[in-house]
Amino acid sequence: MSTTLPLGRVGERVKRVDGIPKTNGEFAYSSDLFAAGMLWGHTLRSPHSHARIVEIDLADALTSPGVHAVLTHEDVPGQKRYGLEFPDQPVLALDRVRYFGEPVALIAAEHPEQARRAAERIRVAYEPLEPLVDPERALEQEPLHDERWTHGHGYRDDPRPNVVRHLVIRHGDPDAEGAVSVSGVYELGIQDQAFLGPESGLAVPDGEGGVDIYVATQWLHVDRDQVAPCLGLPPERVRIHLAGVGGAFGGREDLSMQIHSALLALHTERPVKMVYNREESFVGHVHRHPARIWAEHRADADGRLVSVRMRILLDGGAYASSSTAVTSNAASFACGPYAVANALIESTCVYSNNPPCGAMRGFGAVQTCFASEAQMDKLADALGLDPVELRLRNALAPGDVLPTGQRIDGSLPVAEVIRRAAALPVPELEPLPREAIRLPGGAGNTTRGEGVRRGVGFAVGFKNIAYSEGFDDYCAARVRLREDGSAEVHCAAAEVGQGVTNVILQVARTELATDDVVLAPHTTASVDSSGSASASRMTWMAAGAVQLACRAALEERERTGGEVDVERIYRHVRTSPLDPETGQTTGERSHVAFACAAMRVVAEVDVELGLTRVVWIGTAQDVGAAVNPQAVEGQIEGGTAQGLGLALMEEIQTQGGLITNASFTDYLIPTALDMPPVESVLIEDPEPSAPYGVKGVGEPPTVVSTAAVVAALRDATGRELTRVPVRPDDIVGL
Amino acid sequence: MEVLTPRSLDEALRLKSENPQAVPIAGGTDLMVAINFDRIRPNAVLNLNEVPELRGWSRANGTLRLGAGLTYAEAMREPLAGLLPALAEASRTVGSPQIRNRGTIGGNLGTSSPAGDALPPLLVAGADVVLASVRGERRVALGEFVVGPKRNALAEDELVTAVELEPASAAETFMKVGPRNAMVIAVVSLALRAGEELRAAFGSAGPVPILVRAPRDDADAFPERVAEAAAPIDDVRGTAAYRRHALRVLTRRALDRCLA
Repeated sequence: MSTTLPLGRVGERVKRVDGIPKTNGEFAYSSDLFAAGMLWGHTLRSPHSHARIVEIDLADALTSPGVHAVLTHEDVPGQKRYGLEFPDQPVLALDRVRYFGEPVALIAAEHPEQARRAAERIRVAYEPLEPLVDPERALEQEPLHDERWTHGHGYRDDPRPNVVRHLVIRHGDPDAEGAVSVSGVYELGIQDQAFLGPESGLAVPDGEGGVDIYVATQWLHVDRDQVAPCLGLPPERVRIHLAGVGGAFGGREDLSMQIHSALLALHTERPVKMVYNREESFVGHVHRHPARIWAEHRADADGRLVSVRMRILLDGGAYASSSTAVTSNAASFACGPYAVANALIESTCVYSNNPPCGAMRGFGAVQTCFASEAQMDKLADALGLDPVELRLRNALAPGDVLPTGQRIDGSLPVAEVIRRAAALPVPELEPLPREAIRLPGGAGNTTRGEGVRRGVGFAVGFKNIAYSEGFDDYCAARVRLREDGSAEVHCAAAEVGQGVTNVILQVARTELATDDVVLAPHTTASVDSSGSASASRMTWMAAGAVQLACRAALEERERTGGEVDVERIYRHVRTSPLDPETGQTTGERSHVAFACAAMRVVAEVDVELGLTRVVWIGTAQDVGAAVNPQAVEGQIEGGTAQGLGLALMEEIQTQGGLITNASFTDYLIPTALDMPPVESVLIEDPEPSAPYGVKGVGEPPTVVSTAAVVAALRDATGRELTRVPVRPDDIVGL
Repeated sequence: MEVLTPRSLDEALRLKSENPQAVPIAGGTDLMVAINFDRIRPNAVLNLNEVPELRGWSRANGTLRLGAGLTYAEAMREPLAGLLPALAEASRTVGSPQIRNRGTIGGNLGTSSPAGDALPPLLVAGADVVLASVRGERRVALGEFVVGPKRNALAEDELVTAVELEPASAAETFMKVGPRNAMVIAVVSLALRAGEELRAAFGSAGPVPILVRAPRDDADAFPERVAEAAAPIDDVRGTAAYRRHALRVLTRRALDRCLA
């Protein structure tokens, strides 16, 4: 599918090219794919969170109607394990399952129902094992993995069992005394990305032993590099093509059905389609790490932070995924966007038999922002200071040094976003009587005003842009400039709904000074890696790569006169690892750049029933420079909704590691009645090292909104509310 | 899967008698979810959407008869909404507009979930459920119709054809607590009618919806009585302690609304 462009250059408000087809239902998602003669793949999954596999009997399944293949780990021709960063996860369970829903066997059949019925005829003899479900006890229990997959990668090689990563950041003198000290313990449940398009795709054998995989993903090339070794194929014989993505939010960084569909396709020599249903999707991808956080903040009498101590415990679940990076990010942003001379931050992620966790929008910063901002409000209270004033007194600014020793040399207008968000006028109290839907409890008609109190909350958050700690997440783009002046752009940057397609087109049009630009299909077959549509990096990186390639193409044409076709690779500034003992950066920087946001929230809480209506949200966000202001506002509103969901309702619940609410009936995400209007102020303070001065905008709203919403609830209820999602019981005091 | 589509009630009852395993379907808002989640795999469904006798509502000699195929959207419309205000309020809390257009009162009865939103308002209205089969028709009080969570008094050849009840002669209301502000299954719900007698019925706070009655003079003690009548459990949607607490609050607020 190539995309013809509506007009628009960098900085203009442009309609999304995929907006109308997605709205009217014409957009083809990965679950809509079809190939003549295709079979349907299905995954048999573990009903246990921890068990030994004694025996797998396939005999009945193999003779089941319509079945073409039934595969287990024995049929994986190449590497038996894979992983985004560490190959600790079996393609299909070997002798043990470590989480509820872990893939055990695969079936390909003529019809999906035949595949499901055949799956029921696979007899797996499990010997259930005691599940490790309390992360605080993980360090004393039998190791879940025989090998130390995350050792030897430059992190601190923690000898304790089940440690995925343990990072300590020591900065200054953490024992320094302040005039006041506040402490608290905070907890976050497991949030799910809850993307609407389930994991799905189509694998098509090429007839020569290779395979084409059409899939909804966030990073085509890293998928290929994980899939190929497991299939026993060289990377060029596995081609990954982007299919329509129905949301990602980090949940499509890890593989889901990619290897499985390819195995079935190569085995049957037929195209194989796989589509997870909603329940399966809840075990089909990693989630946001649940966390327990102990914090102590000390400040002088003027409210200047003297020392921050924080201990962060993250439950990574059964496999590593991107947990090592999340562990580090949680620690890096633990102090919030404030200047702190002395800090001791300890961040630990453990393996368990709970649902595997990995990347999700905000990536560790969400968890620590929730704790850190609650602490700042406590501090303001202890000092008798206005919470906004306290934050202004401590606001980080360029030139300041972070607890990792990195000096901020780019743009970071913390004080500006605080001032602008705090200056937004809050709406007046709506008079009673009101329609039920304008009260807490909404359509449930539970109050006509009884028990309702109003609260206002404020929070600030920040986060890194792009990958960190020495990771080389470059981005390639290729531009073919024809003699008639028209151009075709190739870039593997995944359009996950964030709008990078428009960004690429806007940049190409701007650089080439023509509207006659098309974007070629996203595929590993025609262009090098773009890196991941993650970490608020894709706009920056794709803009950089497309700009480079366009300029090179123009120069080349100047020289040769004819049609040119050039590919260029864009890299951000180099970063360095953190010292494994001190957590200090080993070079000039461990993060590329930062973005911040401040948010003000008005909420009404029915304090007798514990129900909430968020009335209004105003935010000021540091966006560098907006490529497409309309898309930036969309990201701010969507990101805010996701953080509000974590504050109020979104939690994967488990019992003994088994998920008990794997449906949209019981895993609730905000509706239009839960999400208020958002007033967004875009602060444009260009990032000097970025093309056009851009910054990523997708994560800061999610980082800050959970903290800001709960702050409003605290103001309304007078309760501490140290856990999210906040339950009605917490508000009522049961 | 076989789909049986009768065009009349007689034909529907005959098909049900001949195919007792056929699962009735009207709006499909419960059944299709169960099928999608692979919880049931019926060999046959009995499509009741083409049976005219099940549609709409009527009034005769003061008694209302609501067809089993009456949708929530229809229950929200005047003049029926004025005759049964609590049922209309309950209907407004059901799912999304699409669900309210499809879901039916008969389906809510047939499913007999403790969380069925139509059940508490029907209970306070003293509804009888009309059951029919080729053997004839019978009436069962709603309180006796639902016998356990998702279990009811239907014989295997019977269909719910209607409910019969008196229009509200006194003030009544319905409230539902959910973990978000729309599109929720009840964590706990309450219907209250305040006539000569106080009648409250709650959902999601016991294995079946329960009716609690008291003389109008006992209004002060009524919230506690309702809370005590509940037998709630802890589940993914809420805790037993919260459900009991919320019932107390809801009953007090409902009394304030209806006795004002």
